[in-house]
Order: sequence, then structure tokens, then C-alpha cells
Amino acid sequence: MNLLMVVIGGFFGSIFRFLLGEWIPTSSGFPIGTLTVNLLGCLFLGWFTAFLLQKFLHTQLILLIGTGFTGSFTTFSTFSVETVHLMQNGLFLIAGSYVVISVLVGIALAFFGYKIGLKPKVGDLQ
Amino acid sequence: MMILIGLGGSLGAAARYLIGQFLHNKSPNSWMNGTWVVNIAGSFLLGILASLYTTDSLTEWIWLFFGIGFCGAFTTFSTFSVEALKMLQSEKYTQAILYIVTSVFLGAIAAFTGFIVEI
Repeated sequence: MNLLMVVIGGFFGSIFRFLLGEWIPTSSGFPIGTLTVNLLGCLFLGWFTAFLLQKFLHTQLILLIGTGFTGSFTTFSTFSVETVHLMQNGLFLIAGSYVVISVLVGIALAFFGYKIGLKPKVGDLQ
Repeated sequence: MMILIGLGGSLGAAARYLIGQFLHNKSPNSWMNGTWVVNIAGSFLLGILASLYTTDSLTEWIWLFFGIGFCGAFTTFSTFSVEALKMLQSEKYTQAILYIVTSVFLGAIAAFTGFIVEI
């Protein structure tokens, strides 16, 4: 049952990744589609991680949303291949900034999401 | 077309989950965890597929299923970032840097190796 939840989440996460990546226009060789998808996923997963520290959610729902959907929505393999591709074309500056932005902003957004998730809601106070 | 990506993604996510569980049971505290392994392995696999796809030796459905679907979902950037963040938050700075640097460098080397390997 746990595996089935991951499978269902993976199905929709992958399709959403493709649709969003297709929808975002590519500008001057910079892989903005993958970057957007990965950064959005980092922000959400950071928030989700903090949310789970405070609210009980069934394991199967966590697997569906976290491991399945968000895990499949973001991608590391495309990030690696795009980086290599940029370097093979001699675009070292773009490749370098792609790596640095993805990693640093990715972790920063995960942290930001985490902080938002920890903030007590007005209605929760008492 | 969407269905192919979705099905490949289902399989990729399942494989990532199973490998993660397996490695977590074997060595729960290692930073060379499931995410680390699948990200490098998936980069290698996508390197091979991308090389074949760009030379027109891969049919469209295989690219959609295995490339965009499977490899895309098998590897993950969000979990990578959140895991790195957790290491930083628990002040395991050396571990965090090792995790980030080896993931990025070995991922790129793996993708490059996959790209140049002759199939």
C-alpha cells in the first residue's frame, strides 16, 4: 500500500514536471524550466517537512505527497545532464551559475519554506 | 504521451523509494543515502539516454518513458536540498558540504560518462 502511494504520486509529479517545464520558455540556453521546477519543489518540501513536525498526517499521505509527488516533480538527473551539456558547448559561466543557483537557492528556499511551515497560525494560538 | 511520462515516473519513484528503504535499513546514519545513490545512478542513466536521443538512435516513446518519466522521477532535487538543509541545521557542516559537493560533481561526472559511453 505504501509503494502504491509512491507510484501514484510519481505518476502525477512527473506529468506536472513535464507540463510546467514545457510551459516555461527557455531563454538563451539557461535551463530555466528545470530550475523553476526544482526550486518550487524545494520550497514546498521545506514547508511540508515543518508542517509534518506539528500536524499528524497518515504515513501513506506523506508518501503520496512527499516521496511520490514532490520527489518526482523535481529532478536531479536532468540537472546533471543539462550542466554537462552546457559545459560541452563551452558555456562554462552559464553551467557554473546554473549549479550555484540551483544548489544555493534550492537550500535557501527549503529553509524559507521550513520557516513558514513552523510559524504558528493565528487560529492555532491559545 | 503524458501517460508514458506518468508511467515511467511511477516506476522511477517506486525504485527510488525501495532503494531508499533498503539503504536506510542497512546504514541509517550514512550521508551516502538513498537520495545520494539514485541521483548519481540516475544521472548516469540519463546521460546514456540523452546521448542516444540526440543522435536519433532512440525512439520517442523510450525517451518519454525512461528519460523524462523514469530518470526524472528516480532522481530528486527537493529531497536532496531538504536533506542538505537538515544536515546544516544539525550543524553537521562537513557532512553537508561533502553531501552537496559529491552529489553535484559525481552526478555531473556520471552524466558525462553516460554521454560518452558507446552503447
